[in-house]
Amino acid sequence: MGKVLVVTSGKGGVGKTTTTAALGAALAQTGETVVVVDFDVGLRNLDLVMGAERRVVFDLINVIQGVAKLSQALIRDKRLETLWLLPASQTRDKDALTEEGVGRVITELREKFDWVICDSPAGIERGAILAMRYADAAIIVTNPEVSSVRDSDRIIGMLDSKTKLAENGGRIDKHLLITRYDSARAHRGEMLSIDDVLEILSTPLLGIIPESEDVLRASNVGAPVTLGNRLSGPGRAYMEAARRLQGESVSMTIPMQKRGLFDKLFGRRAA
Amino acid sequence: MSVFRFFRRGGSAPVARERLQILLAHERKASSQPDLLNVLREEILAVVAKHISLDPDRVRISMDRGDPVSVLEVDIEIPNKFDMPKSGAA
Repeated sequence: MGKVLVVTSGKGGVGKTTTTAALGAALAQTGETVVVVDFDVGLRNLDLVMGAERRVVFDLINVIQGVAKLSQALIRDKRLETLWLLPASQTRDKDALTEEGVGRVITELREKFDWVICDSPAGIERGAILAMRYADAAIIVTNPEVSSVRDSDRIIGMLDSKTKLAENGGRIDKHLLITRYDSARAHRGEMLSIDDVLEILSTPLLGIIPESEDVLRASNVGAPVTLGNRLSGPGRAYMEAARRLQGESVSMTIPMQKRGLFDKLFGRRAA
Repeated sequence: MSVFRFFRRGGSAPVARERLQILLAHERKASSQPDLLNVLREEILAVVAKHISLDPDRVRISMDRGDPVSVLEVDIEIPNKFDMPKSGAA
């Protein structure tokens, strides 16, 4: 029986899709089978970040409504044979997701894969709740910034009340992943530090992903950063986070962003 | 102030942390008791209305959340010629 993870955040634009793709590819490289599932119905993007946008035929909604079989909708990664994608629908809206239908699909995926990683839409509404509904564990993606931390706090509350596991008296495993971290700015007191965020959210840390231009480059070319550029700062940070998910104890490093002399002189930043 | 700020430039993270800590402490409480302000409003009005007739539109309730204390402000406007006890209640 595989493990179901939800990648969630409340706030948009903090790196849920990047994280889903990067962790999925990192876990798949260890030989375990992984499916990444896009729950952002109507605004799908995981296919694009995974580089599979031209191969989508059927989607999650088609499977839920019985139009297609799961095996017809799953797309196998061209680079990693243990990595699969279940895309979201681009034309439908979130109302097409039903709790019962999502439950059926997740159950089937859980039987087939070692890891089922659900990429949640932003917000706290239906789509986000259904993405977390059947999860065993959650990865809360947070930027060291006030609005993101506040929304993460809200999402943590929902993970403890709106998931099936919580309703049955269980406790969902929660992991905090801090993305777009700039240790130089945090050091100068310009950005919330890791300790600040951990103290406020009191959730165990899964990893620290440095702010880096490699993330944008990865999505530009449709290769998860753990596949296209494993040795980059974010690549290494995601690989280590994946090992922690597998239960390994990996010491937490704050990966430094390497900047060339030109960048330093002209203060150019990653977009 | 601006000169002072110039020399302390970059130290905004502690402010962010403090604001978040205060805000989240309240939001966590509020989520376990949703709509606290409305409940308070209804109940306070009911008590006051037992003794003084008032216009519900002339009531303002506000909450200023702070650390270490929060202030709940209830502002009830009573018409100059207010009625004394409605019924025969003592």
